[in-house]
Amino acid sequence: MNKIKTLDQALDNIKDGMTIAVGGFLGVGTPEKLIDAVIAKGVKNITLVCNDTAFPDKGIGKWVVNKNVSKVIISHIGTNPETGRQMNAGELEVELVPQGTLAERVRAAGAGLGGILTPTGIGTIVEQGKQKMTIDGKDYLLELPLKADIALIKGSIVDKKGNVYYNKATRNFNTLMATAADLVIIEAEKLVEVGEIDPTDVMTPSIFVDIIVE
Amino acid sequence: MIQDKDRKREVIVKRVANELKDGNLVNLGIGLPTQVVNYIPEGVDVLLHSENGFVGLGPTPKPGEEDKDIVNAGSQPASHVTGAAYFDSAMSFAIIRGGHLDVTVLGALQVDQKGNLANWMIPGKMVPGMGGAMDLVVGAKRVIVAMEHTAKGEAKILKQCNLPLTAAGEVDMIVTDMGVIQVTPEGLVLTEIAPETTVEEVISMTEAELIISKDLKVMDV
Repeated sequence: MNKIKTLDQALDNIKDGMTIAVGGFLGVGTPEKLIDAVIAKGVKNITLVCNDTAFPDKGIGKWVVNKNVSKVIISHIGTNPETGRQMNAGELEVELVPQGTLAERVRAAGAGLGGILTPTGIGTIVEQGKQKMTIDGKDYLLELPLKADIALIKGSIVDKKGNVYYNKATRNFNTLMATAADLVIIEAEKLVEVGEIDPTDVMTPSIFVDIIVE
Repeated sequence: MIQDKDRKREVIVKRVANELKDGNLVNLGIGLPTQVVNYIPEGVDVLLHSENGFVGLGPTPKPGEEDKDIVNAGSQPASHVTGAAYFDSAMSFAIIRGGHLDVTVLGALQVDQKGNLANWMIPGKMVPGMGGAMDLVVGAKRVIVAMEHTAKGEAKILKQCNLPLTAAGEVDMIVTDMGVIQVTPEGLVLTEIAPETTVEEVISMTEAELIISKDLKVMDV
């Protein structure tokens, strides 16, 4: 099975109104070519699941500036003033989620779990509307799985089967997003032959990856 | 009280640095807490945790030596020390939430006498999001707030926070340019006072009730 596609072929799968999970932390480990291609195609009304909205000219922040997104599920928007402006103007829906909770909600979706229990957010506005449970005398919030239609991720080294190695701090949410979407598209910084990555060093197994672009 | 802005900040970060123990795993928040790293006493080996996915955060690289794949949690160019380890965000927060992080140091908009902390939003004005702060404050074994005692003359240490909370009852210690305050079941206890500062000045700049320790010391800064 050939997973290697052109950017155009990969983009055929991305439609208006989809929920898209994107890897990266303030633009590091973000698939910039895929992000730019979505802008060029003019995809609208995306619900974005990502750690942050990065910067106006870097990473996923460009989707906010270009109005490709109508909702973001996110832990931090402070580095992109445009996100805050659109939120205050009522143009963009922002669901703020504590970073560790966001990671576990995505992980839960990818791992077939019905949710996770976390102490984070107890006693704050984050607990509003959520079920609380007491386990061994300690309070937890029930946080639900977060699944996407498409995941866009970035690998430092990707083999032609789709095994992925992430260099240094680029791993962040990429491994998690790769497990929690119906279709996973990876942008390879370096594409190598199958076997060139030691199986012990594979961080996302090829079974999660559907499409590879360079 | 100390007037010089730079001296104020130095007093805070120096005192926090003296609080760290050999072998501690520590997360330093963005801004003032980041500077604590410059004052860690010799012989104290501290491993720094970076939320974006590693332990063993190193110094800022020299211009021209940056690695695009190594940044800190504020996206500034960073480095790693020998013996560092990289991982994904789930592992990063397992370390934070799972009780494996010894100390977190962060700034505050407000702290109150129950150890409540508000540092992530001002409704209608500034909503950057909580990022990793809520997990850090809930999960770390010790939570140290490092901040200037007041903001534009307004008290930040209050009877009760009126901004949305980051977490309830999790703060252990407050270090400011005026003193060191421990959060105890009895309330806030002033245990140390800054040089050139009087107890009366601290009380007048603090809205919360302060218990003055019988063993009140001058901060060693």
